[in-house]
Amino acid sequence: MAEQMTGAEMVIRALTDNGVEHIFGYPGGAALPIYDAMFQQDKIQHILVRHEQGATHMAEGYARSTGKCGVVLVTSGPGATNAVTGLTDALMDSIPLVCITAQVPTNLIGSDAFQECDTVGITRSCTKYNYLVKRIEDLPRVLHEAFLIATTGRPGPVVIDIPKDVQFALGNYYQPDVETLRHQSYRPQMDGDLGAIEAAVDMMLRAERPVFYTGGGVINAGPEASEALRELAELTGFPVTSTLMGLGAFPASNPQWLGMLGMHGTYEANLAMHDCDVMINIGARFDDRITGRIDAFSPGSRKIHVDIDPSSINKVVPVDIPIIGDCARVLREMVRVYRSKSNQPRTEAIAPWWEQIDEWRAVNSLGYKNSTTTIKPQYAIERLYEASKAQGKDVYITTEVGQHQMWAAQHFHFDQPNRWMTSGGLGTMGYGLPAAVGVQVAHPDALVIDIAGEASVQMTMQEISTAVQYRLPVKIFILNNERMGMVRQWQDLLHGSRYAHSYSESLPDFVKLAEAYGAKGVRCDNPAELDAAIAEMLDYDGPVLFDVVVEKDENCLPMIPSGKPHNEIILPDTANIGSIIDEKGRQLV
Amino acid sequence: MNAHLQPTGSAYFLTTETQAAERHTLTVLVDNEPGVLARVVGLFSARGYNIDSLTVSETEHDKHRSRITIVTMATPKVLAQIKLQLERLVPVHKVHDLTAEGESLERELALLKVAGKGENRVETLRLADAFRAQVVDASTESFVFEITGKPAKIDQFITLMAPLGLVEVVRTGLAAITRGPEGM
Repeated sequence: MAEQMTGAEMVIRALTDNGVEHIFGYPGGAALPIYDAMFQQDKIQHILVRHEQGATHMAEGYARSTGKCGVVLVTSGPGATNAVTGLTDALMDSIPLVCITAQVPTNLIGSDAFQECDTVGITRSCTKYNYLVKRIEDLPRVLHEAFLIATTGRPGPVVIDIPKDVQFALGNYYQPDVETLRHQSYRPQMDGDLGAIEAAVDMMLRAERPVFYTGGGVINAGPEASEALRELAELTGFPVTSTLMGLGAFPASNPQWLGMLGMHGTYEANLAMHDCDVMINIGARFDDRITGRIDAFSPGSRKIHVDIDPSSINKVVPVDIPIIGDCARVLREMVRVYRSKSNQPRTEAIAPWWEQIDEWRAVNSLGYKNSTTTIKPQYAIERLYEASKAQGKDVYITTEVGQHQMWAAQHFHFDQPNRWMTSGGLGTMGYGLPAAVGVQVAHPDALVIDIAGEASVQMTMQEISTAVQYRLPVKIFILNNERMGMVRQWQDLLHGSRYAHSYSESLPDFVKLAEAYGAKGVRCDNPAELDAAIAEMLDYDGPVLFDVVVEKDENCLPMIPSGKPHNEIILPDTANIGSIIDEKGRQLV
Repeated sequence: MNAHLQPTGSAYFLTTETQAAERHTLTVLVDNEPGVLARVVGLFSARGYNIDSLTVSETEHDKHRSRITIVTMATPKVLAQIKLQLERLVPVHKVHDLTAEGESLERELALLKVAGKGENRVETLRLADAFRAQVVDASTESFVFEITGKPAKIDQFITLMAPLGLVEVVRTGLAAITRGPEGM
């Protein structure tokens, strides 16, 4: 039955009807009616952020760690433009978000009014879909359709721009039937084509050097997809590698795990990709950080590609068997079809392949020279991993972007999906701290750690204040090398070690900064004292900024330089990375 | 043009594109809602695709659906992407590559204003007759012609009119439809 209420009340009601419990936002003139409606209810908890970009990353962390839709509420003009980075981040990493932006009243739209901007115009290319709701009659349908579009198919951010007069207007609220929603054109394909799945399984049954290459799609398809992947891996005995976005879908403790692949992936994962005869891509998209040089990418393999987004198929790398569908459903079908054809893993047939992989493993590509005088960043993450495991809590890791992010991906290990939150596609410095806040909101009893760099963390530093306000005990683990380390590494590799603006001068005293915010600060620069300092951080019941002073010029290795094939990977024993790219290559810059 | 076409995937090692671009006519059935054209055009500019011609109008009023006809130049690989990327847009129902699906009918309408006196005026009318262009406005020193046909025919007519006092041209862009009984 239709119920009469204001547009602002409809917003709150529709959020409640979609099971929303938390929203991240910041008020402003045009959003006041919605904030007023929120004040008069207690079903939805609002988390007040310090900057709208923080709200979007919190919602992303919330969404990634729960599988639910993240919800953001911001005001018009600067509220909306500040949210753009997080919306783009969510689009690139396929994170379901609904972002409600307030707009100036309809009669002022187009008049360059105070805090007016063309929100739907600005966000058109950084959302999966967006709406400007000019009539109260459309609002209930749009609110529900937005959740449907954000969470189904390939997930993504949806913006609903609501003018202030529409928030005040009275209308009939109703919950539309999903099937009668207006966009008949939006029908994502969920089930994979059975013929293609059969052909894929036949190809797998003949494979001699197979590899599973899995991605964020497996995480997005829910825990059942990870379970089905584990079952299929066990059934076949094939090795498994994953992109940055897919870490945790397959347990890192499983002997079939090769580690992450790509630019900073392990030697064994990248060489297995290069030399395989059958590649089974589940929910990954052949990103340039994975493929390296495309014309030398896995030259001898036949490729199976499972993706819910048809436009991902053949976009970068041509494949032999495309399967469009939801990863969970396709994986379950693969398991069923595989079982119907064979009940034996291909252990014998692929034994030589495993021997080869073990040789590559023996290279120990994640090795590093430890030190007794300075803390090596890899060592710091290893110690953090061990200490957090011993806590016996559910552990969630977020990161910023740069060297520390790659070291975290290499040296922190995940056995469960939805435990690893990082900005993969857009590479947004400043993602990790707010994302950790969002994760902690969703999982109040879990241990949530942002593995950060001292440069990245300063981009959204102010959100530590949000953590303090809501008593969210997030741990910010800053690997402080006083460098934008990855930029510095590329300058060594490709720009003649000319360090143009890649070092951090006048850094804050992070301990005092933490105290100024009402959080705890810890500092450590001695490897011998690291374990005790980590324990101090973990034992504190509240947010902590931990300034880990690490080796300044450590390189993140292994590394496949941009534009190089997988088998030209730089290994950790390389003394001088500046000599890898020859003069001819450098002149092309 | 498109970064994803770079076989090296890197700005440090550039190579040149080897596939040749082809001209294709696409027809796109969309919900006629605010911003739909901006979504389609924005997709082309954001991903670096070309638009040579664009025609839009509501064709099914009761269902609020419009037909967008786009002529684009692209390599076969990019063409496949254009189609898939268009289909990904929420208000897009169908995309057909008319060029790939066989022979289609393609028509365009143009209006030409030609000014002149004396012998030029006679020649102008003679050519218009040969091209079956209609006179839709006339004064003692000008004509406005209406011509429909394939774009090549219109191009030729414009070329011929240029030395005879052509003042300005307006063209509708291409409308295209498949032959035979089947609809989109």
